[in-house]
Amino acid sequence: MADPASRPPRPSLASFAVLVAGTLLLAFLALPFVGLLLRVSPREVLARLGSAVVLDALRLSFVTSIAATAVVVVLGIPVAWLLATREFPGKRVVEVLVDLPMVLPPTVAGFALLMAFGRAGLAGRGLAALGISLPFTTLGVVVAQVFMAVPFMVGPARASFASLDRKLLDAAATLRARETFTFFHVALPLAMPGLLAGVAMSGARSLGEFGATITFAGNLPGSTQTMPLAVYVALQSDLDAAVALSVLLLVMAFGLLLGLRAAPAGSFWGRLDARAPGR
Amino acid sequence: MSRVIDRGAMPFVASLLLLFGTAPAHGAANTAKPLQVFAAASLADAFTELGHLLEQRQPGLRVRFNFAGSQQLATQIEQGAAADVFASADERWMDYVRERGLLAGEPTVFVHNRLVVIVPATNPARISKLQDLAKGGIKVVLAADAVPVGRYSRTVLRNLSRTDGFAADFAPKVMKNVVSEEENVKSVVSKVQLAEADAGFVYRSDITPAVARYLREFEVPASANVVAGYPMALVKDAPAPEAAKAFMDLVLSAEGQQVLQRHGLMPLVANGP
Repeated sequence: MADPASRPPRPSLASFAVLVAGTLLLAFLALPFVGLLLRVSPREVLARLGSAVVLDALRLSFVTSIAATAVVVVLGIPVAWLLATREFPGKRVVEVLVDLPMVLPPTVAGFALLMAFGRAGLAGRGLAALGISLPFTTLGVVVAQVFMAVPFMVGPARASFASLDRKLLDAAATLRARETFTFFHVALPLAMPGLLAGVAMSGARSLGEFGATITFAGNLPGSTQTMPLAVYVALQSDLDAAVALSVLLLVMAFGLLLGLRAAPAGSFWGRLDARAPGR
Repeated sequence: MSRVIDRGAMPFVASLLLLFGTAPAHGAANTAKPLQVFAAASLADAFTELGHLLEQRQPGLRVRFNFAGSQQLATQIEQGAAADVFASADERWMDYVRERGLLAGEPTVFVHNRLVVIVPATNPARISKLQDLAKGGIKVVLAADAVPVGRYSRTVLRNLSRTDGFAADFAPKVMKNVVSEEENVKSVVSKVQLAEADAGFVYRSDITPAVARYLREFEVPASANVVAGYPMALVKDAPAPEAAKAFMDLVLSAEGQQVLQRHGLMPLVANGP
């Protein structure tokens, strides 16, 4: 219904609205981070880096979120492939289940994990018989992070698989390639940018995990106190330390997201893309 | 219409209208200011009952509570949260707020509390006396040192180390068994209630009717126990100072003290001078 002739010459109210909305949103997102950065000097942040509590928390955060991301990749990508390529009864239920941790309050997730894997939980009793105890352990931290990070891997991976050119996969099939071969040699390389986005998102989610961790794994420096928990505890006793830790966490998350966002455009993945026929 | 706004942008415009359209309505809705009481997590049950009592006495008055660790409440008040009354579980965090000039009146101690050790009703670690807490492999949960009850717990442990019948290294041995430092006393209760931890240090008043059947209680000998004094005060620039005074009067009244006692706290009179 819009009159095409009148559109180009004068900026419409719509484009003005987009500008206002965009500015508001960006300011809203950036201001808290700017506030954090202005509160402490970089020297202060570096000085805090040396303290035992911070080093413990940093080391623990690195180890657990790398482990959690690895688990999510290994378990998540096959499920994403299945969801992208197959129809099966109960698929909707699987989809909802995979998305659920994203909308659940993390504390609720942590409590649910206790009900399942706690000492008196459904599966926890069996695990206890095997001598495995998850609550209050570093392994428990990883379990909480995996639970919360799954949707952030499966979502992008599935979208990436679903957008692949069916003809390429079919061509592999006509050459009598087995599905496993097609998956590893055709689908996986082609879907790599989306998969990397999933890795970045689930890694960042694991790094920032707080609610499920403190509820399920507790809070003890050196064994379960990750960076976000250390920030929370510091917030209640030493505000400056809390700010320094927050800045550190912010820089890490920012770097992770930016780095992996830049990667697909880089030369390596670019070459892969170029090799793919039809592009 | 179609000439000015093309259809693709309608959702943006609609959301902007929504954003600005609803903002003023919010401010106008609440004319009668509710009373905001910031109170230590251990006061949750008792204060909620007192709040209902005050609302019945003064129709139209609404009492809102913010229950959390005292250290958290102190930080919130420092950061400008609108509070009328601050009731802390120890002097430390009340002093913290007072030193920053954020109080409008002198703090008054209105109740006392004491510590107990709780274990799950199922008692998975088969704890039969306090000395058992020092045995290897027991999972003990405390509140963090920044939390009043966490600091009291550490004091009690040190006192026990010097008590007849306890080893001199009792406190360090128990500290070695600590598997988590919780952010408030209620989290300690729930970790023990769920039988994830074998034992925890909490206030006597935390053994509420709702959780009592999941817990077993061990008394701490009076000589080693602490008597935690709870101070409360009117906060500076309180939005509802009249209601705040009414609430504090109720807490200090004989009736209020009875309510506190019913919730496992030690009223002022029973505690002596």
